[in-house]
Amino acid sequence: MNKLELQKKAVEVRKGIVSAVHSAKAGHPGGSLSAADIFTYLYFEGMNIDPSNPKDENRDRFVLSKGHTAPGLYSVLAHRGYFPVEDLLTLRHTGSYLQGHPDMKHIPGVDMSSGSLGQGLSAAVGMALSAKMTGKDYRTYCLCGDGEIQEGQIWEAAMFAGHRKLDNLVVIVDNNNLQIDGAIGDVCSPYPIDEKFAAFGFHVINVNGNDFDELDKAFTEAKNTKGMPTAIVAKTLKGKGVSFMENQAGWHGKAPNDEEFKLAMEELGKAGDALC
Amino acid sequence: MLGDMIATRDSYGNALVELGKETEKLVVLDADLAAATKTGVFKKEFPERHIDCGIAESNMAGIAAGMATTGYVPFISTFAMFAAGRAFEQVRNSIGYPHLNVKIGATHAGISVGEDGATHQCNEDIALMRTIPGMVVINPSDDVEAKAAVKAAFEHDGPCYLRFGRLAVPVINDETTYKFEIGKGVELRPGKDLTIIATGLCVSESLKAADMLAAEGIDAQVINIHTIKPLDEEIVLAAAKATGKIFTVEEHSIIGGLGSAVAEVLAEKCPTKLTRIGVKDVFGESGPAKELLHKYELDAEGIVKQIKANM
Repeated sequence: MNKLELQKKAVEVRKGIVSAVHSAKAGHPGGSLSAADIFTYLYFEGMNIDPSNPKDENRDRFVLSKGHTAPGLYSVLAHRGYFPVEDLLTLRHTGSYLQGHPDMKHIPGVDMSSGSLGQGLSAAVGMALSAKMTGKDYRTYCLCGDGEIQEGQIWEAAMFAGHRKLDNLVVIVDNNNLQIDGAIGDVCSPYPIDEKFAAFGFHVINVNGNDFDELDKAFTEAKNTKGMPTAIVAKTLKGKGVSFMENQAGWHGKAPNDEEFKLAMEELGKAGDALC
Repeated sequence: MLGDMIATRDSYGNALVELGKETEKLVVLDADLAAATKTGVFKKEFPERHIDCGIAESNMAGIAAGMATTGYVPFISTFAMFAAGRAFEQVRNSIGYPHLNVKIGATHAGISVGEDGATHQCNEDIALMRTIPGMVVINPSDDVEAKAAVKAAFEHDGPCYLRFGRLAVPVINDETTYKFEIGKGVELRPGKDLTIIATGLCVSESLKAADMLAAEGIDAQVINIHTIKPLDEEIVLAAAKATGKIFTVEEHSIIGGLGSAVAEVLAEKCPTKLTRIGVKDVFGESGPAKELLHKYELDAEGIVKQIKANM
């Protein structure tokens, strides 16, 4: 998919996020929107996947370690054809398969249940290790939050991945700089993120995570990196695409009301129109 | 052979080697304790399928979960304290919630860890593990049962917690005739005056206790509950109806373990006089295992004493 097509898809993915969270009256729009371009790039361009065969043993894997941004993952899965887009409106509703956090048992395309921060990377490491042990060439991608990497388990997993030289593993840190209590640098700074991953034996790439050219370059570089895992530190804008949510910690875990929803969808509509 | 003294952690390692010969799907993960958990024998035989995660139990649980999604059947091995305690939430969320096919081989359970003392004597693991939906919890009594349990756990599709001990305990089951079925209690000795329901290394001590009671004219039934979850309610209820006096015996806190599981069934379905024999809401301490089992009244003598005090 070319850049323009990816940009158009990302707008649709963002509309899905806002619609799902509005319908749920709860959820996490900020970090879903910041990572929307990363989701879109991976599912429409970067990963070797087939929505008609979501359990294919040779597929690339994706683990959403920052599981609270499930609306972003669900929206991209729906737009990629894993399940109907209209089902996004059932997010977090009693009886819906679209649970508040990713549930691999019931959601087509979800490779790992996640949501308790810090745990997803370990599972991704296990998937990457399995590929090495069985001689399969699938790749494993894991998206972490920049607040999430305050969890110690992330570094246990990073140490193991570096030690085992898992070059089929890519960790993406969605560096939107905000967590619930404020700026990550004020709460308990994980910076410098790039140097930390480098110290754990990763090839590190710093990119603008809301720019498809840079994402394409970074993920291609990761594929060509041998002998060590890659960490992509993706500088992003929390709430990206909805002006009043942008760079606001308050929109980490809050649903838009009807009026805000209307405004957000109008903005995203205009953004989509501008690409036509 | 019957009467041999073997620690169930040794049975665990040996059973893994046997299983490893039969299937390529088996992988064993360790957290720097291969020598102590006895998975070192598997490592020696199948180095390519033994994964040392270093001292990072939470990560080990997550790696096993990820590997299970790809078709491997991982056994993660560490002390009960760290498997059920340290990694509880990883076991719950990364293994239990997605019902992944990971087996948790927890050694060094209970006060019979001995000299290492309270920090390493996990008396809470059964309580923790049995609250996780879909988790099977097995606490074998001897070498024969432990080896059979490992095989049954491998064949079971879903998460299993297996509890093993450090202390050598007598073989009480006959390997030539023994059959293991998850969730099935075993009557080892009939009796009409009271019922001892025991698990793990307390089973052999309970058999000795029954002999001592018999010498005093008390006829005790002994039931071995190797699977605490799912609990064999049928055998518990039948015993309650038959003898009317139940004594549970476990090397675990009396809160949340076998005693609690039996109490729950009895309270709801057949209120019966019950005495929970176990670690009485205290931490353990350093000392030789046998001395500790005596001090905490979990050897035959202590069991007899507590039974007679609660007849």
